Amino acid sequence: MSIGSMLLMVAVMAGVTYLIRMIPFVFFRKKIKSTFIKSLLYYIPYAVLSAMTFPFIFYSTGGKVILGLLGTVGAVITSIKGKSLITVALVASAVVLLAETLIMFY
Amino acid sequence: MEKSVYTFKHGVKDGLPIGLGYLSVSFAFGVTASMLGIPYFISVLISMTNLTSAGQLAGLTVIATLGTVAEIVLTQLVINARYFLMSLTLTQKLDSSFNTPTRLFCAFGVTDEIFAVASSKKGSIGRKYFSGLMLLPYIGWATGTLLGALSGNILTPELTTCLGIALYAMFIAIIVPPAIKSKGVLLAVALSAGISCAFYFIPFLSGVSQGLSYVISALISACVTALIFPVKEKEDNV
Repeated sequence: MSIGSMLLMVAVMAGVTYLIRMIPFVFFRKKIKSTFIKSLLYYIPYAVLSAMTFPFIFYSTGGKVILGLLGTVGAVITSIKGKSLITVALVASAVVLLAETLIMFY
Repeated sequence: MEKSVYTFKHGVKDGLPIGLGYLSVSFAFGVTASMLGIPYFISVLISMTNLTSAGQLAGLTVIATLGTVAEIVLTQLVINARYFLMSLTLTQKLDSSFNTPTRLFCAFGVTDEIFAVASSKKGSIGRKYFSGLMLLPYIGWATGTLLGALSGNILTPELTTCLGIALYAMFIAIIVPPAIKSKGVLLAVALSAGISCAFYFIPFLSGVSQGLSYVISALISACVTALIFPVKEKEDNV
């Protein structure tokens, strides 16, 4: 993609993201009543993050799926223990680095 | 609503831990972007104009896979739809200092973490507090992206391999704790992961672009979950 096209894409991304935040902030004063819409808006963030994570997390480690799997296990266990975002990210990275180093030596 | 008691300084202080967190997360974003071949100034521009992790990663994917403008609009609409509800919820807490120009400016700073902190404050919040709260997260997000994008090219392959997982690990950290507590979130997460995997592995579905597969997976699973487990009033704090 050319730099010009990339700039256009960035502008569109920024515009859409801003409008989503700005429209209710400036224009809405009432609450959403529909339980279905509220439930939909409640579940969408988790569903989106899940779709973005799986199966791509397994391939995020330079194509070595075994490293991706180990890192995922590390991240899930740390998350179950209720650790912060940074801790979970660091643990997953550390597990991958450790496994990578071990694989190199054996 | 009556004037808020919180000052600009209170906001900056509350924003510090968010800013530090963003520094590391956006570092991973910068590294990921440089691995996808995105020039560093584009990555920094994305962070400075978007200020959102999941939306930016999806946007990167669309750009790196030569997607279309329509595709980027659709992915951003669905992935960032949650900000709509957050902004809506926050309007209930804003004091009279929030005139229209202030709202136009502060809307930009509605992120998951800033929303969480702002909505947990007692009483109303004013424009001084809110702009103070936005300051350090914004600086941290932009700076981390710059550092990550620049070091993506000089880090050893082992380090980029292990940092590649950082952003995804962060998503895991966001979805796992509520999934343990709520059957609805668990269903939404599992269903969405399943559909997304189907798009990836099933030959005739794998022609669908990544950005679009996020959107379809999330919409189907959130619709199904909303019908089976409607959210009750008290859980309504996204």
